[in-house]
Amino acid sequence: MEPLVKIESLIVEYRSKERGQPVKRAVDGLSLDVQAGEVFGFLGPNGAGKTSTMNVLLGFVNATAGNAFLFGVNVREPIARQRIGYLPELTYYYKFLTAEELLRFYGKIFRIPRAEADRRIDAVLKLVELEPSRHRLIKTYSKGMQQRVGLAQALINNPDLLILDEPTSGLDPIGRMKVREIIQRLKNEGKTVFFSSHELGEVETVCDRVAILNQGKLQVAGRVSDLIAQHQMNLEQLFLKIIGYQPATN
Amino acid sequence: MNAVGPLACVVIKELYRRKDFYVLFVLTALISVLMGGMNFFNTQNIARYIKEICLALIWISSLVIAIGTAARQLPAERESRTIFPLLAKPVTRADVIAGKFTGCWLACGLCLVVFYVLFGVLSAARSPELNWLQIAQALVLHWFMLGMLVAMTLLGSVVFAAPSSNGTICLIVTAGMLLLGRHLNKVALQLTEPGQSIVYAVYFVLPHFELFDVRDMVVHSAPLIAAGPFLLALVYAGVYVAVFLLGAWLVFRRQMLN
Repeated sequence: MEPLVKIESLIVEYRSKERGQPVKRAVDGLSLDVQAGEVFGFLGPNGAGKTSTMNVLLGFVNATAGNAFLFGVNVREPIARQRIGYLPELTYYYKFLTAEELLRFYGKIFRIPRAEADRRIDAVLKLVELEPSRHRLIKTYSKGMQQRVGLAQALINNPDLLILDEPTSGLDPIGRMKVREIIQRLKNEGKTVFFSSHELGEVETVCDRVAILNQGKLQVAGRVSDLIAQHQMNLEQLFLKIIGYQPATN
Repeated sequence: MNAVGPLACVVIKELYRRKDFYVLFVLTALISVLMGGMNFFNTQNIARYIKEICLALIWISSLVIAIGTAARQLPAERESRTIFPLLAKPVTRADVIAGKFTGCWLACGLCLVVFYVLFGVLSAARSPELNWLQIAQALVLHWFMLGMLVAMTLLGSVVFAAPSSNGTICLIVTAGMLLLGRHLNKVALQLTEPGQSIVYAVYFVLPHFELFDVRDMVVHSAPLIAAGPFLLALVYAGVYVAVFLLGAWLVFRRQMLN
């Protein structure tokens, strides 16, 4: 079966605006696949290349070398994004719109017919538990509610693949739990989820497979249970070992 | 181009949910009504002065609305990061530019209709011989001029880092062209090189907003503008809009978003 996400020898380099500065290689020869129906955790310390990889998948940045495909279509084609949902990290949605208006706006972009859009808006608002606040302006929402409205917009086109960039970043424990529950529910519905996170406990709970990146290079990838068994340590310990973290000794 | 309509709707919604337009409208109405209620020096032509004042206020308000609305669109999308979920959908950067322009231009058009209705009502109250066709012609020219201004401001918003600097530059250029545009070639003749070439370049490159300012014709009840020059002015505006939007797209499509 063809993978939903396919990345082949991806290299992403950024040129500095200042003269004489070296080119920064954010992603260095990354190759990985994400299969349909799995929850895939994309891990790494800050600056490891996770967001750069996602930016290539979403068409925000062109790869310096290598290729990336969504549903077998090169990510350079806008149509590759027809069946995906994306939740960026810490986004402040149009504060002068209500949640319902925001979802209707995104629904119109996908040309979802009015009746179908009504049905989907009801369903996603129920899923993210924002039904009682659907007519309130987004500027009155808490951070957690904003993140959930972000999840709702990512789901409005009933996507087969969800790309989530640190979906629990900046949320309180209840907000994190709610987002985790939503990911779990999406997994049960058979959706494919590709997400980056620094919450290793959360990744261990919901992910089928993980990949750990460090300094742009893929260090390890595999099933969470297999990695834990193989290395005889939990995911957090494995992560710290891979990135070469040395605990300070007193 | 699925996204152009929805994006334009969001811009229009933003305008009517913000207070800018209402404040400017109330101020314009208040000043015009107050001036209309007075009779300076028992002059018989007081209606002309009221018309002049009201139209001047409408022009100032429309410039503020057009530049203010257009200057914040793309920077706000980037600052709040809504550009990311937008571009992660089947939306191209050309769609974003086209949608923002359409929204700003339509929003300006709606504001102008409200302002010109106010102008018509106030004028009709003082002088019954009002030519509504002339007002409609002035409105259309004004609207197309705002189209050029919106497109120019959108281009500025992808070139300049801060919306405030873009807004200020666009306002200075627009005010400069409105006040001095028609005299620039005469000024150039008086200068020596390289000043002459620079002023000539400004004269030929920048859009002549003053061509669309027919306030005097409305105030003094001049005959209607003939169809030929009127349509030519609209085509002139259309060409400038296309050039500015193309420039905005060329810059925006290569811009790093993060």
